[in-house]
Amino acid sequence: MSIWLELIVSALLLIGCTFALIGAIGLFRLQDFFMRLHGPTKSTTLGVGSIIVASMIFFSSRAEGLSFHELLITLFLFITAPVSAHMLARSAMQQKVKLVERTRGTPWE
Amino acid sequence: MLAYVIPLCMVMMGIAAALNVYRLIKGPDLPDRVLALDTLYINALAIIVLFGIWLTSDLFFEAALLIAVTGFVSTVALGKHMLHGEIID
Amino acid sequence: MTSRWLPHPLLTLFLTVVWVLLTNSLSVGSWLMGAFLGWGIPLLCQDFLLKTPRLRRPALLLRYMLVVLYDIVAANLNVARLVLGPPKNLRPAFVEVPMEIEDEFVLTLLACVVSLTPGTVSSGLSADHKTLLLHGLDVDDSEQMIAQVKNRYEAPLMEIFECSRT
Repeated sequence: MSIWLELIVSALLLIGCTFALIGAIGLFRLQDFFMRLHGPTKSTTLGVGSIIVASMIFFSSRAEGLSFHELLITLFLFITAPVSAHMLARSAMQQKVKLVERTRGTPWE
Repeated sequence: MLAYVIPLCMVMMGIAAALNVYRLIKGPDLPDRVLALDTLYINALAIIVLFGIWLTSDLFFEAALLIAVTGFVSTVALGKHMLHGEIID
Repeated sequence: MTSRWLPHPLLTLFLTVVWVLLTNSLSVGSWLMGAFLGWGIPLLCQDFLLKTPRLRRPALLLRYMLVVLYDIVAANLNVARLVLGPPKNLRPAFVEVPMEIEDEFVLTLLACVVSLTPGTVSSGLSADHKTLLLHGLDVDDSEQMIAQVKNRYEAPLMEIFECSRT
């Protein structure tokens, strides 16, 4: 494995982990449920997607030949993350979770 | 280089998982806990993929894919349960 | 383009590619098996499948995907900055965006795209499919946000797919 490929894989892994960590920090420290929803739907999805792309490059560079099946997980995560976020937001509105006072606009139901 | 990067990444993902568990235990409402579970399975998937690179084994792909599929289905089931009070309606 | 024996050509292609990726080999056998599954599955469950509108401008769809991909990366940098900054400065807001798209499939696509891009999560769709409720993490001006969603994400989708306006 050449040094350049190793560098690219390392960079992608570090970027991905940083984004996943940022998503978790958002989940940890933001104030109300709807604000916390933003971290996991965006940062974690992209972070894990980037880790999986790194894994794809790593396994493709080895002797066994190309390996693209990790792409399926990335695709699946990008399709499902907004769906589950929408679902959780709807159920949160139905359960009337507490909002930060300075939120403008009103949720439905 | 990867020998240093992967343990570092694992530490970062471990911290992320710990933060999720904090929200899972504390989370004032039910949707918070489900959101924490949702994030936790995605992070677990990332840790498994990292472990696969560490051991240079392709076998971990199937485990990661299965976790992705079952995790999504369980999030949807829990969301349905919160919305309607039942899972199958 | 659609016929009795090949009701969903694009779905067939998609399933074939997914099968080839899943088996992780480019051999003739996996292509054949994928093509068979891609042909058989839509045929067997065509009664349950959602009616998708006809794709009118495939080249524009490709460009739209690139724009969305770029926006996803930009959105993540933006969200990272907001999450790590002081939480007191955030200005969360619920914004109602009037929708012109009527078709269910395109609406779903739009809601997914909006959830993945800058600072917004779609959190509700009215029963008559006319308003989409968005939650923004840091909204400066809600009018500007509505205009951005409508111009950047909704208008190209209506151009790409053949769908009626309400």
